[in-house]
Amino acid sequence: MTVVVAYSPDIYGQAALEYGATEASRRGEKLIVVNDTKGDAYVDKRLAAEKEIDALRAELERLDVLTEVRQDVVPDVAEAVLQVSAESDATLIVVGVRPRTPVGKLLLGSVAQRIILDATCPVLAVKPDAG
Amino acid sequence: MGSLDLLMQGFENAFTPTNLLYACIGVLLGTAVGVLPGIGPAMTLALLLPITYSVEPASALIMFAGIYYGGMYGGSTTSILLNTPGESSPVVTAIEGHKMAKAGRAAQALATAAIGSFVAGTIGTLLLVLFAPKLATEVVKLGAPSYFALLLLALFAVTAVLGSSRLRGFTALFIGLGIGLVGTSTGQPRLTFGSPLLADGIDIVVVAVAIFAIGEALWVASHLRRRPLDIIPVGQPWMSRDDWGRSWKPWLRGTAFGFPFGALPAGGAELPTFLSYITERKLAKNPEEFGHGAIEGVAGPEAANNASAAGTLVPLLAMGLPTTATAAVILLAFQSYGIETGPGLFDSQPILVWTLLASLFIGNTLLLVLNLPLAPVWAKLLQIPRPYLYAGILFFASLGAYSVNFQWFDLLILLVIGLLGLAMRRFGLPVLPLIIGVILGPRLEAQLTEALAISSGDVSTLWSEPVAVIVYVIIGATLLFIIGNGLRTMAANNRKVDA
Repeated sequence: MTVVVAYSPDIYGQAALEYGATEASRRGEKLIVVNDTKGDAYVDKRLAAEKEIDALRAELERLDVLTEVRQDVVPDVAEAVLQVSAESDATLIVVGVRPRTPVGKLLLGSVAQRIILDATCPVLAVKPDAG
Repeated sequence: MGSLDLLMQGFENAFTPTNLLYACIGVLLGTAVGVLPGIGPAMTLALLLPITYSVEPASALIMFAGIYYGGMYGGSTTSILLNTPGESSPVVTAIEGHKMAKAGRAAQALATAAIGSFVAGTIGTLLLVLFAPKLATEVVKLGAPSYFALLLLALFAVTAVLGSSRLRGFTALFIGLGIGLVGTSTGQPRLTFGSPLLADGIDIVVVAVAIFAIGEALWVASHLRRRPLDIIPVGQPWMSRDDWGRSWKPWLRGTAFGFPFGALPAGGAELPTFLSYITERKLAKNPEEFGHGAIEGVAGPEAANNASAAGTLVPLLAMGLPTTATAAVILLAFQSYGIETGPGLFDSQPILVWTLLASLFIGNTLLLVLNLPLAPVWAKLLQIPRPYLYAGILFFASLGAYSVNFQWFDLLILLVIGLLGLAMRRFGLPVLPLIIGVILGPRLEAQLTEALAISSGDVSTLWSEPVAVIVYVIIGATLLFIIGNGLRTMAANNRKVDA
């Protein structure tokens, strides 16, 4: 029984992480933070730098539940999140949703959308606080 | 001052709106491809060679020169921010530059690299303007035997002096010479395998596109997914007064190292940039800062790199000898316009050459003006997914190869040589000797034929000219040195094994 958070080092990922951490503590379940990349560009802004991951790990240490941070190079990020959820028998997936124009969605697709549509467990879609 | 008048005339031609536009496109494109690791100016020029069919010679060469210089600028951005040397940037820049960036001094590192490149590029181009015409007037007096010797020296130097493995270098060279043999230029069909399609030889444009573009694209595709690197965010490059004070001397010293090495037939930027790095470390007031982000360690090698790029154009324009991959492709551009490259170039095409030289000054200035403010934009290019990039490259490569003769056979050749390029990258064979071999091989043969025709078959004509003898002595001495070095390393290794 786990809570899986699809994380990226920006306000959307941060929002998802905060809700996920709260939810995991409340349920007393293991928290898995997934920060995967397709690894097809020289630089991927959605992949947290080593320093950021270290800071994240230190932050998660303070929680009273088990935590795990995963960073893998995968063919498809949404697929990887779903797979982790299925393997760890997730009860909840938390994703941050970001504003997208129709053209942007056409070109880049939406990881959040694919997770929401294909997940076999409930998905919590979180937006960062406006302001 | 005849050259000054000619240079002024060159500026006049280069300052037309059309040519300025081509210069702008060139420097922007050059910087962009320089930023992206793996896509260098040589590949870009190879892909753009087909435009020589429809664009005026001066405009195309101006653009090519912009790409050549631009690639250097872009490369330093990648080394500093990402710690991955770009295509044509010195490895040593990445050492100090990335350390500076990590310490929060990325803006200063980029600024000293850019301004240093500008200073070195301008001084280097000035030296080029001074020396190349003089050298050309001397070389033009040489006969076929001397010219044959010089070509031999260029082939030998590019293969034996550069690169780590002689065996791999010579393997690549002989593959290149072999490809250059295909055809019936001597009257007899050689390596055509009875195919009329091979009778005209393999078009060098197709070879260049295949080796640089297809080979690289397949190589990248074969290990596509890698963990992305952490990039260091950067704002507008700038330098403090202290940084200027620490940078200007390394810039000048770097230029002094870079230009002569570039001008030698065994050019290349590795050696001078390394020498510059060592010198700066020795002369630095705080040598302990080296290894932790010393600005001198960026300023010197970057200047040396750009000065050697300018130096490379000396043998290219004065003798028709390319010593780097990019210079080789520029030479191809000359050839595809039917322009005779070699010592006669300054006499036969004065307007073209001087316009090119003037545009080097313009391109260099454009690079500084455009690139200082644009550095953050260039860094964004690194976020483009590689599949998009390389799909585009494969498309343009195929289009370019097909447009040479409009026959399917060229696409087949493209694929075959592209696979060869992939195999060479896989087994660590350098591509430079191959492409130089393909280009210079036929010319080597032509000079040999001419020399022997004049002497009616007497081989001793080959060492009948003093210049030729000197060149052979240089080749022999280098060969002895290399063999001696190899034997010593072998002996040392044996000792290690014994002990």
